[in-house]
Amino acid sequence: MSFRIDQLPKKKYVVPGNAACAGCGMMIGLKILGMALGEEAVLTIPASCASVVQGLSPKSGVAMPILNVPFASAAPVATGIAEAYKSLGVKGHAVVWAGDGGTSDIGFATLSGAAERNSNIIYIMYDNEAYMNTGIQRSSSTPLAAWTTTTPMGKRERKKDVALLMAMHGAPYVATASIAYPQDFYRKLKRAAEVEGFKFIHLHTPCPPGWRFDPAKTVEVARLAVETGVWILWEYDHGHFRLNPPSTVYADRAKRRPLIEYLKLQGRFAHMTEEQVKALEEDVEARWRSILALAKAFPQS
Amino acid sequence: MKALAAQKTALTGNYAVAYAVKMAKPHVIAAYPITPQTSIVEKLSEFVERGELNARFVNVESEFAAMSVVYGAAMAGARAFTATSSHGLLYMYEATWWTALSRAPVVMAVVTRTIGPPWNIHVEHNDILVLRDSGWLIAMAETVQEVLDLTIQAFRIAETAVLPTAVGLDGFVLSHSTEPVELPPQELVDKFLPPRRPDVPLLLRPGEAVTFGNLPSDNRDHARHKIATVYTAQREAKKIVSQVDEEYGRLTGRRYGGLVEWYKAGDAKNVVVCMGAWCSDAKQAVESLRRRGISVGLMRVRFVRPFPEEEVAKLDQYDRVIVYDRDITPLGGVLGTEIKAHLSRAKVVNIVAGIAGVDFDAQNFYETIQKALDGSYREVEFVV
Repeated sequence: MSFRIDQLPKKKYVVPGNAACAGCGMMIGLKILGMALGEEAVLTIPASCASVVQGLSPKSGVAMPILNVPFASAAPVATGIAEAYKSLGVKGHAVVWAGDGGTSDIGFATLSGAAERNSNIIYIMYDNEAYMNTGIQRSSSTPLAAWTTTTPMGKRERKKDVALLMAMHGAPYVATASIAYPQDFYRKLKRAAEVEGFKFIHLHTPCPPGWRFDPAKTVEVARLAVETGVWILWEYDHGHFRLNPPSTVYADRAKRRPLIEYLKLQGRFAHMTEEQVKALEEDVEARWRSILALAKAFPQS
Repeated sequence: MKALAAQKTALTGNYAVAYAVKMAKPHVIAAYPITPQTSIVEKLSEFVERGELNARFVNVESEFAAMSVVYGAAMAGARAFTATSSHGLLYMYEATWWTALSRAPVVMAVVTRTIGPPWNIHVEHNDILVLRDSGWLIAMAETVQEVLDLTIQAFRIAETAVLPTAVGLDGFVLSHSTEPVELPPQELVDKFLPPRRPDVPLLLRPGEAVTFGNLPSDNRDHARHKIATVYTAQREAKKIVSQVDEEYGRLTGRRYGGLVEWYKAGDAKNVVVCMGAWCSDAKQAVESLRRRGISVGLMRVRFVRPFPEEEVAKLDQYDRVIVYDRDITPLGGVLGTEIKAHLSRAKVVNIVAGIAGVDFDAQNFYETIQKALDGSYREVEFVV
């Protein structure tokens, strides 16, 4: 499936009146979600930036049905919606739109429960790599060395790889995506909608105020994450693991752009020493080793 | 009419819940096992597995997830049921409040059990009472038959009042005791319990852009919503509980009295107030005391929420009001504290007993009622 961005559906599901920051990466993702599943999706949104920026009740800046729910409850609430629809004969997709905190930290047990029992939901973790809604505090999805207000000297631990953990649950469909590659994300949403059972998409969504970069550069930062190899696009579809373009070529380390090009655009990495940059490079390399080993172990049939 | 003849059988309290839920035909059931609630979930999963109940049974990894699943299902228009106990209820606490303030008409059985530490699986009422400020309706059964009847009624009450409803049954005392029970015929339950309206409190469907629960543009709208849900809807629910009790009584021959049951209180000078299974013991004690010429009756609280204010106000005509609580708070017991707020304080003796599963039988009631009447008890008395 290959198409240009201007061939994506035109109907808008993110409309004026939303309260997102300038250059919000998450809202770009939400637009693409609307294009792919706007008429079929019922969104469950836990406490997160997304619960704030949708606009003020009784109005809304997002033209899809939305149920706002407590922080850790999104996966089981969506499960309840999916089960109700199954029982009542209603067609549609129960979709979770949750941040990295709600997914990888406070919601991780309920997420794992939904994955293990193969709940028929599409779970999208939009990852802005910290608790941005409460003002840039560390999450388990914050990358190594990144500054946040609760890691003032830089985070000492590596980023939790939630998508891999979901794949290791044996979920039928797991993918990573980036807002810099809307066609890829769109295709993955469409694929997820075809699959019965638990679907998980880990979407990389840069955050200008939280990462300390110019709001005009959101897409550039997202693209550089992929081009430097920090963010790897892959999918795990019914036991088969594969890299997706353009990450496919970056399996060769020599083809990647230097990590520093990604880091230097962002104030959250400004404090880093050479050793810290090196440690982060090693962390990125370790991730690639895992992904390549998995692609080899679970090849396309 | 033979088809509508009730079936007589013997069931534990937990199986009575399961049979009642089966007859209520829920679309979605989700629960996490906890002693002494477990056999409710086991029986329901068996019904579903055997095809006797056409529901989606969701095995979850925690009580928080159980409440979240039934919440999502109820918001999507399904009839949904869960059951828990003690720490399970505490673990799902955040979701119970969200459910109430969303007006999701979920039904939950709470098999009342002590809160730790230390670990203790025996009866106490503190667990179910943590729901009392949230907007949930809360009923407490006395017998296994009432467990069954209340569980069927709870769906009707929840869906009419558009509030989640909890049915309490005492751990082990009811949950694991087998009593003779009349099972109403399915046709009768179908008639009593119309299908769930999927558009209340809202219609959540793909393609219908509706947003529920986002930040308010005006906090006063939120305040009004809270008043309507936590206060006003409770008042409206009083009428619903009474009407449902009457209608169910007409159909089955079993009326319980609505929010409270009065027992031999009409001619009495003093009155005992309690709720749950031990009311049967209290009634025995009242009977014995009356035979000895002591003027005492009883008011059994069937619904803690909505709080039976009008009935409680009638307690003022008695010389002494002895309120038994199987729960403890820094002020004494919950019932004692709430009833005192409606009466002249001097006439109320609040006895906190039977907490942590300590046995408290008819003889204990017999002795403590006398002590309360002869003035040897303080305003709040603990009996262990």
